[in-house]
Amino acid sequence: MDNNYVIEMLNITKEFPGIIANDDITLQLKKGEIHALLGENGAGKSTLMSVLFGLYQAEKGIIKKDGQVVEIKNPNDANALGIGMVHQHFKLVEIFSVLDNIILGKEPCKAGFINRKEAREKVVKLSEKYGLNIDPDALIENVSVGMQQRVEILKMLYRDNEILIFDEPTAVLTPQEINELMDIMRGFAKEGKSILFITHKLNEIMAVSDRCTVLRKGKCIGTVETKKTNVRALSRMMVGREVQLQVKKGEAHPGERVLSIENLTVPSKIHKNNAVKKVNLNVHKGEIVCVAGIEGNGQTEFVLALTGLEKPSEGRILFKDIDITKASIRERSKIGMSHIPEDRHKYGLILDYTLQENLILQRYWQPQFQNHGFIKNNEVTKYAEKLIKQYDIRSGQGPTTMARSMSGGNQQKAIVAREIDKDPDLLVAVQPTRGLDVGAIEYIHKQLVAERDNGKAVLLVSLELEEVMSVSDRMYVMYEGEIVGEFNSKDITVEELGLYMAGAKRQGETANEK
Amino acid sequence: MKNNFWKVLGGWFKKTAQNIGRWFKSLFVSMDDKEPKLRTLMNSPKTLSFVSSIICIIGGLLVGYLIIILIDAKNATSIFGSILKGGFANPYGAGYGLGNQLAYTAPLIMVGLSVLFAYKTGMFNIGVAGQYTLGAFGALYCAIVLNAPWYVCILAAMLLGAVWGAIPGLFKALFQVNEVITCIMFNWIGLYMVNDLMSSKITFTRVINDNLTISSMFNRGGANTWSLATVNKSSLLPDWGLGELFSGSSMSPSKVSIAIIIAIVIAVVIQILLNKTTFGYELRACGKNKNASKYAGINDKSNIILSMTIAGALAGIGAALLFLTDIQQFPKSTTSLSSLAFNGIPVAFMASLNPIGSIFAAFFVAHISEGAGLLTGTTFSKEMANVFTGIIIYFCAFAPLVIEQLSKRKNRLEMQMLEEADNAKPKEEDGKEVNL
Repeated sequence: MDNNYVIEMLNITKEFPGIIANDDITLQLKKGEIHALLGENGAGKSTLMSVLFGLYQAEKGIIKKDGQVVEIKNPNDANALGIGMVHQHFKLVEIFSVLDNIILGKEPCKAGFINRKEAREKVVKLSEKYGLNIDPDALIENVSVGMQQRVEILKMLYRDNEILIFDEPTAVLTPQEINELMDIMRGFAKEGKSILFITHKLNEIMAVSDRCTVLRKGKCIGTVETKKTNVRALSRMMVGREVQLQVKKGEAHPGERVLSIENLTVPSKIHKNNAVKKVNLNVHKGEIVCVAGIEGNGQTEFVLALTGLEKPSEGRILFKDIDITKASIRERSKIGMSHIPEDRHKYGLILDYTLQENLILQRYWQPQFQNHGFIKNNEVTKYAEKLIKQYDIRSGQGPTTMARSMSGGNQQKAIVAREIDKDPDLLVAVQPTRGLDVGAIEYIHKQLVAERDNGKAVLLVSLELEEVMSVSDRMYVMYEGEIVGEFNSKDITVEELGLYMAGAKRQGETANEK
Repeated sequence: MKNNFWKVLGGWFKKTAQNIGRWFKSLFVSMDDKEPKLRTLMNSPKTLSFVSSIICIIGGLLVGYLIIILIDAKNATSIFGSILKGGFANPYGAGYGLGNQLAYTAPLIMVGLSVLFAYKTGMFNIGVAGQYTLGAFGALYCAIVLNAPWYVCILAAMLLGAVWGAIPGLFKALFQVNEVITCIMFNWIGLYMVNDLMSSKITFTRVINDNLTISSMFNRGGANTWSLATVNKSSLLPDWGLGELFSGSSMSPSKVSIAIIIAIVIAVVIQILLNKTTFGYELRACGKNKNASKYAGINDKSNIILSMTIAGALAGIGAALLFLTDIQQFPKSTTSLSSLAFNGIPVAFMASLNPIGSIFAAFFVAHISEGAGLLTGTTFSKEMANVFTGIIIYFCAFAPLVIEQLSKRKNRLEMQMLEEADNAKPKEEDGKEVNL
């Protein structure tokens, strides 16, 4: 008997109303290994980890720590067993400092007062040891997403956790930050800590993990050694069929100009400078134009101004030769603009509305769905059922499922379905595949290309280099609110693109460089 | 011909009987691949929230009972009993008590609707009392000074209430001022403004009859406004015989009127407005996620103003529905806001923010208020009713918790059933193996 498993989850079954999230799943974690947990959205990865972390109780199955059966009723029990978790959506107090967030719940005290000095020493020592660069005194609301994640990691280390769960840690990171994180994870493994790593990015699994367990629709498909497998085999295990990893698309045939942006300047809400500075950009029918760049370089503000959620301070936006700089959001939508927003919880969905109510969010006022102000419920349900089928949106109770109870990927699919089905002339898609699995990414990329081939214009804003390279026909690189380069996607390499994104290079200035 | 007629009638009768039979059967047995209707009903989230409301009310009542025992153990049971009996325990007869209880239910429904309507758009309308005061003023001014009929009075109350609700809405939409603060300020501004207008600014001369000429809105004693039965019968809400229906043994009819019918109709209208129309869809969207509503092109500012205006109008109508029954008169120079208006908050939350539910919640609050009103002469005052509603509201805050517990229990039961079914299966297989 091989008995060096630190954690064993044996035959775990967990049900929710209308859905079996985990069906007889067994997961064994060795000491000092990085174990990836792979699966599509809604495959039950997060549920399984929540069971391990004590957020849910499994109906069946047992959990063993070092061969002993343990009962984990809440996160405190998990902590006592040395299990720590970095959630997909960070659990930090925004207005607290980095240090306070780390020690929160386990503050070293002297006579009832927090001994910050002792805490600081321990935190700084830990951060130096693992190369987790943080500023202990910065407020969480002011630091980057990457640092917030490092704070979450330090929280686990501060509690001397030996088993570290990472729930989709790379979804919010830039390519550089992802590489850093991988190095940190390797360091942990070398130290003898065990890591459970939830993801659906196959490259990351290949790069960092030792073994990989694949879940599909709540069932355990198998555990494989990463060395003995490849991306293609893994994706087949995960989706259950062959997946096209490379986007297949023909030559673009750009037609007339649909969108023309002139000197667009948008003030920033965070600092006094402009977030977007004199941006000029064109999009034509039948092409996918990408705005590439590292997060926080003005893309968000650019899109908000384009779609009418923010007011630009300068410049013009011409859509189908109509000046829409001052047009309302509804007007823009009516003349054919669709918008897949970056933040699906903040803008894209009303979480406490049902799926069907969310699917008509952009068109509830159209005669198809209302009659003298009364919503035609039957029509809405029929329409929702159509979209659910067509776009494979999975949910517990069909059209009447609460959007909140759906998995992130299916929420995103619902938004994509809604925006594409509006049959827009211009589709503004911001990070449309963020947090999605390969199957869904493949689907959405296909949809974007299909829209293009239908003669529609697509403006894609993406942080993922791979997506930028494979989907777009033409691209603009944005750095600190300015367009620093415009390329045909075929004419540029990933490395070069990276240089432009990082601000190391800039078109038109190349001649002046040393 | 005749034969044919009987045949058709018989056929129709048979068919109807069959349909009724099918419907009853479908309650208990699964038909057409659908779950039995009763089970669907039992499992629906609405039933769950209804049951949890009932559990909260019972819990609240029990704790209230404990408090009474602590204060006066000897009489506790009889006093608790009379609170539970509500209007039915009225010394002038159950019918009379129930009638008056319904007269108080109507305005309570309206103030409850006012609170919940604003809440659906994400605003806490704590300004019901101010809107209600303005509504009362509008109704009474029209009734006493202008000698207007009841429907004009209601309209005036509605308009003034709407204005008083719109102001905090405007401040919120245009200047991002928290509506709770503006609402509270406008409660007091409204109250003292109305006090001042009624007691010193408004002078007029109206001849009622040979013996009575009035020159102020307050009656001879000066403590309250004139009884409408004295100065303007046309301003009293008609009762369509309801007063006779709900009257005590050889007593004068109770004050129940069409107010209760108006209130119920408005509750139904609000229910439809919120859940079946694009307007309601927009309002609820704004309440649940302002950013997403904006993203969908919904004008959140105008919706905020509109929803507060409607909420104010509802509160104003509530005041009219109370004072136009003449069950009580507006007190002169009062320094306290109407407690009935504030009861709109408990009504709305006890009803889990459901317009139809608020009818029953309002009836319940009126019921225990009426019961507690009869406590004078005992150790307790009628304010005991507020203690009860307070505790019940406190318990209503636990409603989501109760719902969670209930659905957990349900799931566990279902799991058990599944497990039993699972356990039953292998046994059969075991048997087969033995046979093999």
